[in-house]
Amino acid sequence: MNARPVRSAGVWALGVIALGALLAPWIAPHDPNARFPDLLNAPPTRIRVVDAGGGWRAPFVRPWTRVSQLEQRYEENRAEAIALTWFGGGTLVRSSDEARAPLLLLGADGFGRDVFTRLLYGARTSLALAVVAALGATVLGGLVGAFAGYAGGSLDEALMRASEFVLVLPTMYVALALRAVMPLVLPASTVFLLLAAIFTVVGAPFISRGVRGIVRSERQRDYAAAAASLGAGHVRVVSRHLLPAARGFVAAQLTMLVPAFVVTEATLSFVGLGFPSDVASWGTMLQDASTIRAISDFPWLLSPAVAIFVVVFSLNVTLQGRHGVMSYDRPM
Amino acid sequence: MTVYLARRLAFAIVLVFAVSSAALVLTRLAPGDYADQAFGPSGDRVAVERMRERYGLNRTIGEQYFDWLSRAVRFDFGRSMVYDRPVRELIADRAANSALLALSALAIATLVGIPLGIVTGSRFGALPQIVRAWSVLVLSMPPLLTSLFLVFVAARTGWLPVGGMFSVERGAASSAGDLLRHMVVPVLALALPLSAMFERLQSQAMGETIRQPFILATIARGVPFGRIVWRDALKAAVRPVVSIYGLVVGTLLSGSFAVEIVTSWPGLGQLMLNALRQRDLYLVAGCAAIGSIFLAAGTFLSDAALAFADPRTTE
Repeated sequence: MNARPVRSAGVWALGVIALGALLAPWIAPHDPNARFPDLLNAPPTRIRVVDAGGGWRAPFVRPWTRVSQLEQRYEENRAEAIALTWFGGGTLVRSSDEARAPLLLLGADGFGRDVFTRLLYGARTSLALAVVAALGATVLGGLVGAFAGYAGGSLDEALMRASEFVLVLPTMYVALALRAVMPLVLPASTVFLLLAAIFTVVGAPFISRGVRGIVRSERQRDYAAAAASLGAGHVRVVSRHLLPAARGFVAAQLTMLVPAFVVTEATLSFVGLGFPSDVASWGTMLQDASTIRAISDFPWLLSPAVAIFVVVFSLNVTLQGRHGVMSYDRPM
Repeated sequence: MTVYLARRLAFAIVLVFAVSSAALVLTRLAPGDYADQAFGPSGDRVAVERMRERYGLNRTIGEQYFDWLSRAVRFDFGRSMVYDRPVRELIADRAANSALLALSALAIATLVGIPLGIVTGSRFGALPQIVRAWSVLVLSMPPLLTSLFLVFVAARTGWLPVGGMFSVERGAASSAGDLLRHMVVPVLALALPLSAMFERLQSQAMGETIRQPFILATIARGVPFGRIVWRDALKAAVRPVVSIYGLVVGTLLSGSFAVEIVTSWPGLGQLMLNALRQRDLYLVAGCAAIGSIFLAAGTFLSDAALAFADPRTTE
């Protein structure tokens, strides 16, 4: 695979997703918890430009008519054409008749909520959690690693044994167990902090081991001795002289922790131990796709899985382009 | 070598001990116990206390822990509260199912990924390029996604059964075939990302080895290239891949959790999830014990394999 175009595609995809998450309230056609009770599991609205007579016209949509309530099958009402309104109702684009033919770009879920809207809001939750946790893991891992590498001796030994121990454990089960021993029902903001804390602890050893090695070897170099002989204290030597050497490593680890955390959140929420199910996150959205029937009959419910794939893939190719390696010793 | 292996063995034993102890203590410290869960807030207090008495939930955490520990070393993990059966019976089946899933996936991933990596690492051309692109693609699909995707494909096409290990209406004669058909989706879901990881690692290691001076010297002596790759270079290039196997065991367990949930494979993952939720103390600890035994065994075996592949690691 020619790395360059793929890599820039990855960067673009990440940019689009980040922008979509940031601008969710202005791009999303609906409120994430707005329900369309007549459109449970309705398929994606098709945007048409050719009308019944074969003539071209401005993009319009057709309302869904329910054919079978039991099987939740819908058919397009071909007699009607409902125009799209741009920049109306505080959003980028929506249908001009929201009550009868809402614009459901990725269909509706089992509660009749707009999947596209929830995907955008879910990106906020899932990506914010992953990024916060990855930064937390970097700070904690960096501190532990720098401390162990600089101090050396039995403290170094103890910290590295502990790190090695956590590294061997299956991340998914550690996160699962730590989450499960907390109260099972918690408000969304508490869940966010709790998961961020758990991921930080689980992710930190991946950083601390590498940082410790780099600090340890850099400490032997002449420039470190020179800085110390000029009167720099321990903290200054570590923070201004030794830690910058670990920058490349930390950046690489960061781009691997983020996708791992996105997937862990998705798995935890999927099994009902993540965010409460009314909060839009990619994991809680996948919960709707947890039955074989939902997966095969309403495949648009899998769109958060596609979003996760795009994020992981983009980060992977970006990383590969930067370092020329594909290291993936991350869980999941 | 012996000292090294003894140290790794000690690490493995500590791992099992620490993980299962931590599971018991953490679950015990968790808010709410099984008696609360079973009877609810308005439950009969006398019945709740009787149940606590029966399972030792009314004792101090220290007493309970040492009692559990003294029996656990004899492989008596107590009784499950939810199922009212000995934990050992419950986990034996489930652990076997999980092991079947994980070991099949590991075998397939190894048999596919490593030879592919040797080829893509040593050759140039269209085919290695395609394999490489495929690997990067699959590598971005963790088992949660591969299993959802494969369930989608299987359910849409009807080619393969999804959910569980056997069909409900199975005949006794076809049960082995039935099991094999049910295994395809979960095993593939777990094996695909793993094989891609092996392919990438092996390819990288092979690519680096092939540029070493000793390979050039062998080429100069006129040894055929295929023989160099598969005989000389492979010996040196296998080390980084063997060293990853220690971490793969954890990855495999993490991945099989997602796969088991999505495909309703009756393994340890589901059992432990329910046990954790319902605060089934001894079952959680039992699952953690058997899981950590898998983990410790896998880590120790890969350490030993690495020590034989490259004796320098033991120094």
